[in-house]
Amino acid sequence: MNPTTLRFGIWMLATPLLIATIGLGFQGLAAVNSAMFFTWGYFVEVLIAGLLQGVLYSLVALGFVLIFKASGVFNFAQGSMVLFAALTLVGFIEMGLHWTLAFVVTAGVMVLLAMVIEKVVLRPLVNQPHIILFMATIGIFYFLDGFGQTLWGSDVKLLDIGIPKDPRFILEGIFEGGILVNSFDLVAALVGAALVAVLALFFQYTRVGRALRAVADDHQAALSVGIPLKTIWVIVWSVAGIVALVAGIMWGSKAGVQFSLALIAFKALPVLILGGFTSIPGAIVGGLIIGAGEQVAEVFVGPLVGGAIQDWFAYMLALVFLLFRPQGLFGERIIERI
Amino acid sequence: MSHTATSPSPSPQAVAAGPILVVNNIEVIYDHVILVLKGVSLEVPKGGIVALLGANGAGKTTTLKAISNLLHAERGEVTKGSIELEGARVDALTPNDLVKAGVVQVMEGRHCFEHLTIEENLLTGAYTRKDGRAAVQDDIELVYNYFPRLKARRGSMAGYTSGGEQQMCAIGRALMSRPKMILLDEPSMGLAPQLVETIFETVKRLNEEEGVSFLLAEQNTNVALRYARYGYILENGRVVLDGDADKLRENEDVKEFYLGLSAGGRRSYRDVKHYKRRKRWL
Repeated sequence: MNPTTLRFGIWMLATPLLIATIGLGFQGLAAVNSAMFFTWGYFVEVLIAGLLQGVLYSLVALGFVLIFKASGVFNFAQGSMVLFAALTLVGFIEMGLHWTLAFVVTAGVMVLLAMVIEKVVLRPLVNQPHIILFMATIGIFYFLDGFGQTLWGSDVKLLDIGIPKDPRFILEGIFEGGILVNSFDLVAALVGAALVAVLALFFQYTRVGRALRAVADDHQAALSVGIPLKTIWVIVWSVAGIVALVAGIMWGSKAGVQFSLALIAFKALPVLILGGFTSIPGAIVGGLIIGAGEQVAEVFVGPLVGGAIQDWFAYMLALVFLLFRPQGLFGERIIERI
Repeated sequence: MSHTATSPSPSPQAVAAGPILVVNNIEVIYDHVILVLKGVSLEVPKGGIVALLGANGAGKTTTLKAISNLLHAERGEVTKGSIELEGARVDALTPNDLVKAGVVQVMEGRHCFEHLTIEENLLTGAYTRKDGRAAVQDDIELVYNYFPRLKARRGSMAGYTSGGEQQMCAIGRALMSRPKMILLDEPSMGLAPQLVETIFETVKRLNEEEGVSFLLAEQNTNVALRYARYGYILENGRVVLDGDADKLRENEDVKEFYLGLSAGGRRSYRDVKHYKRRKRWL
């Protein structure tokens, strides 16, 4: 058994225990402090809501990871790509297209966008330091932000592609009154899981996926064995664009398509630090931890300290990780040969 | 065509005459201002091993990168002269097309993909090939045949393997594209003498058994001239001397400057310094 699967197995066993311990801790706290309200059913409900919210964070983080893996560039524009994709999709739906057709057309637009970005921004900046490319992506952020709203208007738009939104109760036999789960969040989680599985397989087992990882490691060497960087970049930005589209649909249906979508990207930052900038599973696990963590902290610890934990919890957690495990939970180990 | 002492019998490829690569009077400028190569010409015969020798900064790596077209990524440019592969000009090809045409470079300092396993490294080498999975798998076995060490480490991340294994991995990866010609940059860098010998021995076997031509840039003149059949010596971006490898080895200047031997036994440091200074300002 290789060490990675072993570690994975250990964590699979340890995580429920860890969560149970946290629950017990809260129960103890609630017993001595009357400001706190705790029942196990409520705890699990908050936890699940948090996890499902976390999946949405993961979706955004995923786009970052893809581009960072293939080019070592932190793509500041990922958030505005989410917004742009969602705006474009809504625009096409308003023009009377069915949402599936609009999805396909928007995916095409994102591929086109990737090609333009490669030609106009990335190609002239080949072999410049990463910070230069990072600055360029800030430029892309503002451009896309403005361009999307110029094309499609800046009103808050509704996006409804028929995902059921009704709340439902589950596990009524175990917990008193059952647990309230939003079916929309469940669908989002399923979509996220499917997307991740497909991407992981693509990276691990296909020729292009392998080439993407090779480019991530060493541009020059990749060039020298005949991997065409231009094609690789177009592919990776296209995939990131389509992931942004999926994230845009999920967030857009939840909160409406509006400028603040672009800012959701900043919630993805601590997710990346937690999971590791180079790891797709990391983006997922990081998103789940951040989502569940901030929700649970807000509901149970919040009353003790006056609330608003949700706003900074993720960043605190990221800070702790930066101190003790800078490559993140699943990041590629920083290889140092002695 | 002449042969070194280490290869007494002419290999069949060496006899098939005609150059595979002709570099004709190229000039390379970095960043539009820095003139690095000032007219380098060289020829690699089909199935030959040619050594490109010289000190640090002489232009060996630049020459190889000019041929493999990796210069563009470093803001370098070939401004004069031409490069021909089997009679066709290849100056304007992208590295990708050049690999398809059969020329691949093994860069100085190995440059393996650290986070990929050895086997995945080899597989990326076959990126440009379109002849199917089975053929690629056969070639992986072929590489393992030449470098048994790689087979033992096939599942390890390349970043965790030793310098020698990484060099083997880099050469093996280049082989995976089924090249006609490999540009080999400083294969001996940072390796123990015994390992250098193994690597060069394999280069020779590849040359004889697979018919791959080699152009190798080396600082280790001694080893390079024992395995190559022809040598060019670069200084300050110019070819100052070229000839059959065994003749170069007997050349007094080469002996003195590159092999650390001289006719009059050991001389005092002051004499050498004086002599070199005079030579430089010639």
